[in-house]
Amino acid sequence: MIELQGAGRSFKVKRQVVHAVQDLTFRVEPGEFVGYLGPNGAGKSTTIKMLCGILTPTSGRVRVAGLDPSRKRTTLARRIGVVFGQRTTLWWDLPLKDSFELIRLLYKVDRKLFASRLEEMVETLDLAEFLARPVRQLSLGQRMRGDLAAALLHGPDLLVLDEPTIGLDVVSKAGIRDFLQRTNAERGTTVLLTTHDLGDIERLCRRVMVIDHGRLGFDGTLEDLMAGQSSLEEVVTRLYTGSLQ
Amino acid sequence: MVRSYVLLAWTWTRAATAYPVSFALMTVFGLVVAGMDLAVILIIFANTTSLGGFGREEVLFLYGTASLAFTLADLLFSNLDRVSQHIRAGSLDTVLIRPVSAWIQLATDRFFPARIGRVLQAAAVLWYAVAALELERLWMVPLMVVCGLVIFAALWTFAGALQFVLTDAPEVVNAFTYGSGAYVQHPLSIYGKELVRATTFVLPLAFVNWLPGLYVLGRRDPLGLPSWAGLLAPAAALILLALSGLAWRQGIRHYRSTGS
Ligand SMILES: Nc1ncnc2c1ncn2[C@@H]1O[C@H](COP(=O)(O)OP(=O)(O)O)[C@@H](O)[C@H]1O
Ligand SMILES: [Mg+2]
Repeated sequence: MIELQGAGRSFKVKRQVVHAVQDLTFRVEPGEFVGYLGPNGAGKSTTIKMLCGILTPTSGRVRVAGLDPSRKRTTLARRIGVVFGQRTTLWWDLPLKDSFELIRLLYKVDRKLFASRLEEMVETLDLAEFLARPVRQLSLGQRMRGDLAAALLHGPDLLVLDEPTIGLDVVSKAGIRDFLQRTNAERGTTVLLTTHDLGDIERLCRRVMVIDHGRLGFDGTLEDLMAGQSSLEEVVTRLYTGSLQ
Repeated sequence: MVRSYVLLAWTWTRAATAYPVSFALMTVFGLVVAGMDLAVILIIFANTTSLGGFGREEVLFLYGTASLAFTLADLLFSNLDRVSQHIRAGSLDTVLIRPVSAWIQLATDRFFPARIGRVLQAAAVLWYAVAALELERLWMVPLMVVCGLVIFAALWTFAGALQFVLTDAPEVVNAFTYGSGAYVQHPLSIYGKELVRATTFVLPLAFVNWLPGLYVLGRRDPLGLPSWAGLLAPAAALILLALSGLAWRQGIRHYRSTGS
C-alpha cells in the first residue's frame, strides 16, 4: 500500500538546507494500522505530505497504491483519504451536507453507494444534529467527525491522519478511536496515524514507527516497543530524548 | 475539467447569493466602475473626433473587444491570483488532496458571479460599436474575444504560478494582470513604438484586440505589420497558454507547504 525507499525532503531556509526527513525506508501492507510517532518537528507531517503528493520528495522513491504521488496526485486522491487535525478539508462556508454532496460529485461516487455510506457515517459518527450547519459554526469535535466522514465517503483503501485527535476532549477522542478501529477492522482500510496522544497508539496501533530528526528510529510492533516495560510514556520519552538503543 | 469547474463555481455562486443584498450591491458597483472607463472614452470624444487615428466607434470597438475578453477572464480565472494567500493560510494543502486539478479549484475558489455586471457592460458597448460600424469581417469578432480571453487566462495562470515563488509580493503580480487589461482598452497607437513592439513580440497583448482589430476594421498597422498579422492571434494565444501551463506545473512541483 505504501512503499518508501530512501525517501527524503529538504528545504532551503535562508541559504541553509533543512532536512525535514531523510533516508526513510519502510513498507505498509494493506489492512495494517500503523502509528507514526515523533516529537514536534520530527518530520511526520512532511512524510504525510509526500504520501499525498502535496510535497515532491527531494530524494528517494515514494509509492502509494502503486502510484508516484507527486506525479499522479489527482489519480491517487481517489484512492486515499486524508485528514489534517490542524485544518479542515471541508468548505468553510458550506453546510456540512453540501460539502459532502460536493465530495460525491468531485470524486464521482455512485449515488446509491454514496447514500449508503453517508447513512452509515451519520450514524456511527453521530452527525445528524449538525449536518445542516456551515462548517465554520461547528465545534472542533464536530468538525473533526465531519472531516473523518469526508475522508471516507469515496471509499479509499488508505486513510492518512495527521494528528486527528489534537485538542479534543476525552469523549470525542474515544468516539474517533472507536470509529477508526471499526473502519480498519470492518472495511479493511489501511490506516496511518500520527498523534501525540499515546492513548491513541495503545488503543489502536499494532505497529508503531518512531521518527526523530527526520530519521526512522524504530519500526515494529507495539509489544516490541514496550519491551516488557509497563509505561508507553516512559518508553517514548526515552526514545525522544535519545537514550534508547 | 469543465464539469468540475461548473460544479465548484455553482457551489460558490450559491454561497455568494446567500446574501442577496450585498450580491446586488456588488453587481451595481461593478457596473459603475466599468462605466467610468467608458465615460473616459466618451469625454475624450466630446472634445475631439479621433484618438490615436481612430474614430469614436472604432475606439469603442477596440474597447469593447478588450473589455469583454478581460471581464470574462476576470470572472472565470482571476481567483488564481490568490495563490499566495492560500499558501500562507495553508489551505493549498487541502486543495492538493482533491481529485480535481488545483488550477480548477483555485480558479473557482470564491467564484463571484456579481462580476457578470461588467461582462454585460462590455458586451453592450461591443454590440453598439459593431452595429454602428457595419463590419465586413464580422466573423472574426467572436474569435477575437475568445483569443483575448485565452491570453488573459494565461496571464492569470502566470500570475498564480509566480506566486509559488514570490509568496510575499502578490500585489506586484496583480498589477501585471490588471495593468494588461487596462493597457489594451485603448488603441495601441497612442503608446510609444517600443512599448507596442514589446507587447507584440514579447508579451503578446497586441493580439488581444489590436492586431486582429486592425484586420477586422480593415486598417493598416501604424507600425507596418502586414494585415494578416491579426490572424496569428489564435496561435499567439495558444502558445502563451501552453507556456503558462508549464509555469503552473513547475509552481506546483516546487510548492513547499508550510512547516507545522
Ligand atoms: N515548508 C517548510 N519550509 C521550511 N521548513 C519546513 C517546512 N516544512 C517543514 N519544515 C521543517 O521540517 C521539519 C519537520 O517538520 P514537520 O514534518 O512539520 O514535523 P512534525 O509534523 O513531525 O512536527 C521541521 O524542522 C520544520 O521546521
Ligand atoms: Mg506535524
